[in-house]
Amino acid sequence: MLEIKNLHVQLEEEEKQILKGIDLKVETGKVHAIMGPNGSGKSTTSYVLSGRDGYEVTEGEAILDGQSILDLEPEERAAAGLFLAFQYPVEIPGVGNMTFLRTAVNAQRKARGQDELSAGDFLKEVRAKAKTLKIDADMLKRPVNVGFSGGEKKRNEILQMAMLEPKMCILDETDSGLDVDAMKLVAEGVNALRDGERSFLVITHYQRLLDYIKPDVVHILYDGRIVKTGGPELALEVEKNGYADIIAEVA
Amino acid sequence: MDDVQVKDGVDAETVEAVQSLSGTYKHGWETEIEMEYAPKGVNPDIVRLISEKNDEPEWMTEWRLAAFERWMQLKEPTWAMVDYPEIDFQDIFYYARPKSMEEKPKSLDEVDPKLLETYAKLGIPLKEQALLAGVEAPEEERKVAVDAVFDSVSLGTTFQDELKKAGVIFCSISEAIREHPELVRQYLGTVVPVSDNFYATLNSAVFSDGSFVYIPPNTKCPMELSTYFRINAENTGQFERTLIIADKGSYVSYLEGCTAPKRDTAQLHAAVVEIVILEDAEVKYSTVQNWFPGDEDGKGGIYNFVTKRADCRGDRAKVMWTQVETGSAVTWKYPSCILRGDDSQGEFYSIAIANNMQQADTGTKMIHLGKNTKSRIVSKGISAGKAQNTYRGQVTMHPKAKESRNYTQCDSLLIGDKCGAHTVPYIEVKNNSSRVEHEATTSKVDDDQLFYCRARGMDEEEAVALVVNGFCKEVLQALPMEFAMEAQALVAISLEGSVG
Repeated sequence: MLEIKNLHVQLEEEEKQILKGIDLKVETGKVHAIMGPNGSGKSTTSYVLSGRDGYEVTEGEAILDGQSILDLEPEERAAAGLFLAFQYPVEIPGVGNMTFLRTAVNAQRKARGQDELSAGDFLKEVRAKAKTLKIDADMLKRPVNVGFSGGEKKRNEILQMAMLEPKMCILDETDSGLDVDAMKLVAEGVNALRDGERSFLVITHYQRLLDYIKPDVVHILYDGRIVKTGGPELALEVEKNGYADIIAEVA
Repeated sequence: MDDVQVKDGVDAETVEAVQSLSGTYKHGWETEIEMEYAPKGVNPDIVRLISEKNDEPEWMTEWRLAAFERWMQLKEPTWAMVDYPEIDFQDIFYYARPKSMEEKPKSLDEVDPKLLETYAKLGIPLKEQALLAGVEAPEEERKVAVDAVFDSVSLGTTFQDELKKAGVIFCSISEAIREHPELVRQYLGTVVPVSDNFYATLNSAVFSDGSFVYIPPNTKCPMELSTYFRINAENTGQFERTLIIADKGSYVSYLEGCTAPKRDTAQLHAAVVEIVILEDAEVKYSTVQNWFPGDEDGKGGIYNFVTKRADCRGDRAKVMWTQVETGSAVTWKYPSCILRGDDSQGEFYSIAIANNMQQADTGTKMIHLGKNTKSRIVSKGISAGKAQNTYRGQVTMHPKAKESRNYTQCDSLLIGDKCGAHTVPYIEVKNNSSRVEHEATTSKVDDDQLFYCRARGMDEEEAVALVVNGFCKEVLQALPMEFAMEAQALVAISLEGSVG
């Protein structure tokens, strides 16, 4: 589904190399996790894949479902089926959550040459999906992420994901700032979207999220490179011993 | 939840409308028609000629001539934060009317089809049909009466008979001067005096047409009234005059729209709007101003120097100004409220967008004279390109305006780094029981917000339109439904090409 080949990235403003050759292949329907200490390049990976400004790809490529995506605009990547659940979802004052969702859904449908969803169909779908994430009518009405709690923001990201039905979901530290109950709710939302077709790249600092979203493969990112790949047990090892041992191993 | 559905429908349709529109200014075409002009320039003969063309009584001609005398002694104001080449007031046509309007048509059916087509093309209904008000309450018929003003003359006014039944008078001001001289004489120039300011005084001398509204006591006007101004002729100034009188306990909602063709040379528009509101009456006045703003290099466009003022003459009178200013090369406009009656209320909601080389100096005045009067100002200024946008507002609490309150919120949004936003509040409080609050913010369209929208699939322009419409929400909500949709679309169109 998603193949990253020898990806080198530096910051546009200063010539600082952040990613130094990442190779990664997320197969269709699989869940891969990227773990790593602070500053290893986890968030950069998610931003570069989704097309945020400020990064320069100096080498390598990323292929989504057979299509090279690094030259595409962010909205084109979204229409191609890529979704990033933000670590810090952005507030947009004055824009109703529902309006935002509907604009996004229809923009993607239009880009793919599909008809727009009617108001009725859209509403039905939003209500059903919001319910499973315990998002009430009031939260749908309020301006996007404005005054939302940490948990509400993350649930809102998952609602967007559920509505946009992407092929490839990247979750950037979705567990940060969440208590256990909120994390469970978010994880349930994500698990409900696992259907054997959709792929996930879960970026996290801690192992605890992976108790709820079970990965097929775990990668350890350190200093811009993937230094170790393994099964779910690798995450447990990090939880127990920290990153120091693994880093020492490769150093 | 159901009200959410309605609101959502509106927003989505707006986006659709925006997408279907191409080109930045869509009303820039011209109607080819034979015109009749008065000679260029202004002097007492021209003033007399305009008066004669309108079949005016002697008192009106005298009134105009006195205004002209006064104007000769006035100087153009220079205090506004706008910069434009000197206007040669003798190089402008002050009167232009389609030849076919020489014989005043008895009804709209007799008006030259070419002129009617102009309005059809602009989407202005001149047929007396109920408007389908989009998504809101489609089962209920909504009607809007229209007065269509083309260059210097009013072509006609719809729904006059139906309004007459309710006792409402809605006609062109030239007709009102002929048919209702007692009302016009009683109120004309009492809100904006002849000597008020340079442009208002010029307007008093040479105004050619405009709209007149009278709502009798205890009457809710049965439909919305609107005037649509179109400047078509070249090198012609449009000087229209609007007079609205809301008698005791009455209510009316009035809409004003304006457009003009794209031209290389700037054109002058100097209007005066006077509103008289008596005891317990309420007037809502909404403007969507979409004059041609000039091209990207600042060539052409309308100079919009307008004096608009409402006088809450009776106790508990209420006025609400709502304006969406997207057009004009230069805007100089301060719709104001005189809160004379006790417990009277004035509100001002404004969105002013300036893109490319546009300059806007706009705001309001709230003059509190009566006891326990209240006013509220919500101004949203958006600057993009190399545009300069100034909010200029005055709030005055007179000694007798005890226990009065004002709240002002003034937000500026910058798109790009070559534009400017300025806030110039004047606050005078001359008693110690009144309260004035002023809040101002300036922000930039946030890259994070745009990226968030784009990561969800919206293209850059859609993302900017969404964020800016969110910024303007409080004002857009104050507009009548049809205007709100048009305004949202306009916001998006005016900002096309402002990012990236």
